[in-house]
Amino acid sequence: MSTVAVAQATAEQPWIQPSKGRVAMFCLIIAESAIFTIFVVAYIYNIGKSLYGPTPAQVLDVPLFNSICLLSSSLTIWLSERAIEHGKIKAFGLWWALTFVLGAVFLVGTGVEWNRLIYHDGLTISTNLFGTTFYSLVGLHASHVIIGLCMLLVVLLFTITGHVKEEHSERIQVLALYWHFVDAVWIVVFTVVYIIGR
Amino acid sequence: MADSTYPIPGSLETTPRRWSQAAILEWLNSWVITVDHKKLGILYILYAIFFLLVGGAEAIAIRIQLIHPNMHFLSPQVFNRIFTMHGTTMVFLFGMTYIFGFANYLIPLMIGARDMAFPRLNALSFWLTFFGGLLLYYSFIGGGGLYGAGNAPDVMWWAYAPLTERAFSPGHAPDYWALSLIVTGFGTIGASINVIATAFCMRCKGMTLMRLPVFVWVNATASGLALITITPLTAAQVMLLIDRYLGGHFFDTQAGGSAVVWAHFFWIFGHPEVYVLVLPAFAIANEVIPVFSRKAIFGYPAVVAASVGIAFVSLGVWAHHMFTIGMTSAGNAFFVLSTMLVGIPTSIKIFNWLATMWGGKIRFATPMLFCTAFVVQFLLAGLTGIMLSIAPWDWQLHNSYFVIAHFHYILVGAIAFCIFAGVYYWYPKVTGRMLSEKLGKWHFWLFLIGFHVTFDVMHIPGLLGMPRSIYTYEADRGWTGWNQIVSIGGFIQAIAVLIFAVNLIWSYFKGKEAGNDPWDAWTLEWATPSPPPAYNFATDPVVTSRRPLWDLKHPDDPDWHYE
Repeated sequence: MSTVAVAQATAEQPWIQPSKGRVAMFCLIIAESAIFTIFVVAYIYNIGKSLYGPTPAQVLDVPLFNSICLLSSSLTIWLSERAIEHGKIKAFGLWWALTFVLGAVFLVGTGVEWNRLIYHDGLTISTNLFGTTFYSLVGLHASHVIIGLCMLLVVLLFTITGHVKEEHSERIQVLALYWHFVDAVWIVVFTVVYIIGR
Repeated sequence: MADSTYPIPGSLETTPRRWSQAAILEWLNSWVITVDHKKLGILYILYAIFFLLVGGAEAIAIRIQLIHPNMHFLSPQVFNRIFTMHGTTMVFLFGMTYIFGFANYLIPLMIGARDMAFPRLNALSFWLTFFGGLLLYYSFIGGGGLYGAGNAPDVMWWAYAPLTERAFSPGHAPDYWALSLIVTGFGTIGASINVIATAFCMRCKGMTLMRLPVFVWVNATASGLALITITPLTAAQVMLLIDRYLGGHFFDTQAGGSAVVWAHFFWIFGHPEVYVLVLPAFAIANEVIPVFSRKAIFGYPAVVAASVGIAFVSLGVWAHHMFTIGMTSAGNAFFVLSTMLVGIPTSIKIFNWLATMWGGKIRFATPMLFCTAFVVQFLLAGLTGIMLSIAPWDWQLHNSYFVIAHFHYILVGAIAFCIFAGVYYWYPKVTGRMLSEKLGKWHFWLFLIGFHVTFDVMHIPGLLGMPRSIYTYEADRGWTGWNQIVSIGGFIQAIAVLIFAVNLIWSYFKGKEAGNDPWDAWTLEWATPSPPPAYNFATDPVVTSRRPLWDLKHPDDPDWHYE
């Protein structure tokens, strides 16, 4: 038997399948969502269960500026996606760089917040149950921001050295999906930690 | 061989290999650096079979210890480690790897693709899984830590809190358990993403979703389920490590944490996990039963829908492992009903298999023997499952050998039987040689007898009140005779598995030449030579029905007339 002719009649209509990059990134996002779900559930379940302080109401401030930075980075990365789709590499680079800066500001803001919590309020991951759940949930999100920033930085370096072209727009969009996910998760974390949990 | 007309270098070995030292190193190197889905598939399967033997040896050690009251074959401490390692090995290092072995090897061939969607991710996933397994077994050496208390994990495969907290499990044994499973878990996520992306994005021309072989459908479903199943375990294990190393309080009841939360998180992983393991076994049965019944699978859409349905229902049943933990009546009632719901899609599948066999011209070659036994045993396992889903019944039998018998009926009677069927079915494709039917029959009948002697009888000491995980028992309990029968059955199974191992090796060198299509089958992998060349298909295939090879062999009566 030959390895070749399995064909009976050639189908003439165009053969279109979903992009494997997008499918894979959606799968990764689903898997990551499950991890976040478990941490969020653990946080919600343990609200108010700490046997001793400090309590969220005593030490947490709502990080409004941070959140605005992170959420608006979703807008800037969307603008950069549109730019590269139309072949405007310069505009792409600018919006992409702005996205990176906004993400970095968020991360620095988290660092400042944690610094205050640890050295001023004396809340560490082992202080009480609130500390355990707070640092693990916010830290899980922050670690995703760090991974996202690393990938943004790699693309930024490629852009500066002139390696990013219009044909890469799909890969850029796949990467941007991850960043949108990180932003969307922050809405959940923010709601749970700073609104419901406080 | 038709293939030799293609002047692609390296596709077929034409000169005999000379086994110099350099050649051996080069050959080994080619397996380490490979990104070929077929080689990685074989590596996954060899890895799974290796750990099947390791986990099996641990099971035999357990059965020797329990063959008689007050045995001293294993000390109580070692017994705890052995059954923990047995469970962890069988679920994570055998179960989670065989599925990707079959999926990796077969999916690209079945859908007419050159390779998986992401070959390098594929290699990364395998090696993560590989070293995760090594890490688990390294605990025998390194798990004592500075405290010298215990070496391998001894907390059962579900590692219930607060036993795993630092105060109760000093040393590093639970850390090895958590870390190695996090590492293999990352491997699983990578492999699952790859399977899904391959199944949906790499199909050859004409292979619409409704023409996808059921094997591919069911494996993609299992991988999708794995994505949302493994990750909660990873999350819970990260919490455990935070508790153990950073002084966290997730499962520390003295600081307001909750041990019940661990149980919930574990079983949110643990129950769907069973379906992640069993769905690929169904996938094998879905290919073998039609080919050996000489009929197209009965009710293709129903089979696919039932598989996806099982995946969905399985997400809402986890707390039936926790009826005795003290939930509210409403909670109990919910999980009783949702668990019974599992019976509907699984019964649909059983009826599909029966209807496929019904009126077929059945050939009882070894793969079909295993699949036939599988259908019966899966039904029986489902029935004890329905019994255990009833909360009051579960209160009585929870943590007893009845439960052990029930889930081994699935894990061995369904999953292992299907894996054996799959190996007998596809071994000719992978190696170019048939497995010996004679040894195969011996393997099947011995394994069938051993299985039923062990696991049918094991229900009874459970009903008589014998709890699981005890290292010995008193002679006056009336469990001795039953345990002896169970152990003897275990030994018979071990002999059968050794025959299987011998068959694998002997047939590799001395087996009958298989040719491309020894079973007169219908899916695309049988259109390639055995073993398939690195590039799989010399030209991209085009399909017009669910059984492309049937169309090729019967151009007068092609399948697409009827679909």
